[in-house]
Amino acid sequence: MTLHAELRVQRASFSLDIDLSIEPGEVVALLGPNGAGKTTALRALAGLVPSDSRIHHNESTWDGLPAEKRPIGVVFQDYLLFAHMSALDNVAFGLRARGTRKAEANAVALQWLDQVGLADFAHVKPRTLSGGQAQRVALARALATAPELLLLDEPLAALDASTRLRVRSELGRHLADYPGHTLLVTHDPLDAMVLADRLVILEHGRVVQEGSPRDVVRQPRTDYVANLVGLNFYRGVADGTEVRLDDGGTLTIAEPADGPVHVVFPPAAVSLYPEKPAGSPRNTWQAVVTGIEPHAHTTRVDLDGSPAVLADITTATVAELRLQPGHALWVSLKATEIHTYPR
Amino acid sequence: MRRVLALVLVLAGCGTTQPSTSGGEITVFAAASLTESFQQLGEEFEAANPGTKVSFNFAGSSALAQQLNQGAPADVFASAAPANMKQVTDTGTITATPTTFAKNTLQIAVPKGNPGKITGLADFAKGDLKIALCAEQVPCGAAAKKVFAAAKITPSPDTLEQDVKAVLTKVSLGEVDAALVYRTDVQAAGDKVEGEDFAEASSAVNDYPIAPLAKAPNAATAKAFVDYVLSEKGKKVLAAAGFTAP
Amino acid sequence: MRSRLPVVLVLPAVVGLAFLLVPLAGLLIKAPWATLPAQLFSQEVGQALQLSLICASLATIVCLVLGVPLAWLLARSDLPGRGVLRALVTVPLVLPPVVGGVALLLVLGRRGVVGQYLDQWFGISLPFTTAGVVLAEAFVAMPFLVISVEGALRAADPRFEEAAATLGASRWLTFRRVTLPSVMPGVVAGTVLCWARALGEFGATITFAGNFPGKTTTMPLAVYLALETDPDAAIVLSIVLLLVSVAVLAGLRDKWISGPS
Repeated sequence: MTLHAELRVQRASFSLDIDLSIEPGEVVALLGPNGAGKTTALRALAGLVPSDSRIHHNESTWDGLPAEKRPIGVVFQDYLLFAHMSALDNVAFGLRARGTRKAEANAVALQWLDQVGLADFAHVKPRTLSGGQAQRVALARALATAPELLLLDEPLAALDASTRLRVRSELGRHLADYPGHTLLVTHDPLDAMVLADRLVILEHGRVVQEGSPRDVVRQPRTDYVANLVGLNFYRGVADGTEVRLDDGGTLTIAEPADGPVHVVFPPAAVSLYPEKPAGSPRNTWQAVVTGIEPHAHTTRVDLDGSPAVLADITTATVAELRLQPGHALWVSLKATEIHTYPR
Repeated sequence: MRRVLALVLVLAGCGTTQPSTSGGEITVFAAASLTESFQQLGEEFEAANPGTKVSFNFAGSSALAQQLNQGAPADVFASAAPANMKQVTDTGTITATPTTFAKNTLQIAVPKGNPGKITGLADFAKGDLKIALCAEQVPCGAAAKKVFAAAKITPSPDTLEQDVKAVLTKVSLGEVDAALVYRTDVQAAGDKVEGEDFAEASSAVNDYPIAPLAKAPNAATAKAFVDYVLSEKGKKVLAAAGFTAP
Repeated sequence: MRSRLPVVLVLPAVVGLAFLLVPLAGLLIKAPWATLPAQLFSQEVGQALQLSLICASLATIVCLVLGVPLAWLLARSDLPGRGVLRALVTVPLVLPPVVGGVALLLVLGRRGVVGQYLDQWFGISLPFTTAGVVLAEAFVAMPFLVISVEGALRAADPRFEEAAATLGASRWLTFRRVTLPSVMPGVVAGTVLCWARALGEFGATITFAGNFPGKTTTMPLAVYLALETDPDAAIVLSIVLLLVSVAVLAGLRDKWISGPS
């Protein structure tokens, strides 16, 4: 059964107003910049903030239920494992709280610890666990009660880069096995892309875009999303193979289009030249370097022009052009690299 | 300020009718039961002797005796019992012969209206009444013990209080039906406490001795104050407070 | 081992320590060691000591039962006027204990606002009883417990309670299994303070419960009265009270506050 949620939270300087649906077995990632309301949405689902939300699942409604009455499991950003209890007691806590006998609860908890590969750490206190281990105990604790809805609040944010990679793939495996509904709150696009079936992008308490990771990556609808997926992003009006951009400049495209469109192209598709390059059907325009920084294995150059643009170029090119902020260059872009889609 | 003012008055020639003593400040250690009467005596003494200032330290006599023996700076000691005075003369802290300046007798104290229907000392033996006495260690308790022994009555107290004021608090709040305290204390307690004289009281009459200290910082004024307490004026104030004359 | 302690801290610390310990040393020096054993094992002392320990412990239990929930209410609820309540809770700290005793008499005494009905309806009269001692001690000692536990609760991360809620724990279960264990050091510290304060309580006790050997004469009362006639006995009693309380507190500390440091 689909879980439907209309989440409404009013605060003095902030309001959250989003509709969410999650299918059984589906992982939905709530992605957005800091302060967009991701965690508030999660807390509203969990019943941890007062809200006028409506949540329906299986003909039943969760409206007005306190957190302890909701069939949920939550993995918190810093896990919030109970320091005075062993890992086993932490995992068994939810079952005990819901009335399972001690022996049975412990057996189930041990099974879960085994599942996350920590059976040997059952009697260890949380403070002796590594970050990755603590995260796995927290996941086991959240899943042990077999919740209908699993809520993950930045589950990987507290881990260092190398642990993160490993824990992320493990988490992905557990989420794939989990039959309930999952909501993942994150600000890391990679976590969202790898773990989620569907992305919901949140800005200023509203949904600005949702879709499969593939769709979102290909067709961002806001500057934030475009920035997140690393694309040059413009709004414009198309007329055949010409797009007049809202913020100045015109681009020639290969596929004719009409009306208001979004325009994207990857920074790697951009070439830079000291002189105006010869040959058509290329888009060429003059721009001034405003910033240079290393980006993965290339160098990302920030240019101000009409339009402003990001370019990824090789280190060799940087050396060749002797790039410096303030340099005026020619930008060149093949029409076939530009992708447009209606607004 | 006051001393300066007094000095100015003296210098200005506004002579008083009383012969002026050497003036200055004295500290009087006095039994707690003397609080009201000595405060009044102090004010009268200051008025009669411009330039003097009398400060008091009121507390239980034994506590005062101890403080004095430990070297507490004082000029005069007025005790509620000869025993405590003896503690001080024994150590030579006081060398003058103490003079008895007042006597105090016990009285039955009952809450206003006498809810316990107390008629005499014999009622103190009734187990169903709430009775407060002073602890034996303090003078009023010792006196009470003497009175009960003389009357051949075994009291059944519910509490043995550490001082008279504590006893009176309980009487005035109606927490006890009867207590045995000094006449002066009943007098000072006001409307909420009523006193009943009883025949056996004469078996424990308490003498109040007073003496200046051997090392009084202000010996002349100390002596003047002792004399004032012993004077007719002093007797009048003490009588008003319920003391009987020696 | 090369780091040296800064003099600006060590000097006042040493003076402070001396300030606290020298009076105790004075008691020990002046103690009548020759007659000490005889005094120590007298029936009077035994009775007073036993009564003191029992009453202080009972008062501490009363404080725990009432004070911990009160601390929780002050720290966690969104009660209106919480700040005022918090200030009011500390009143017994600033009130002279004798005044506290009088206040208790006014409320729970035979003629008191509440006490008169206790007397009329149930025949219960609290003044001059051992229960009265416990009550007076609890009244004076409870703020120590409440303040200490409330401080610990406010320092504790409330999100752990949220985590417990998402696991299906009721507020009561959360309080017992999550909140209370996490503030245990604060509770223990508060209990120790509370017990020590109750053990040394004098003013409120003698005012409210009076003084009768075996019933309401606790050690501090015995010390005070002994001071009237026999200062030596008072010193002995004080030393006994001192040693017993130090022994109990040291024992408690080792047992309960021995976390990693």
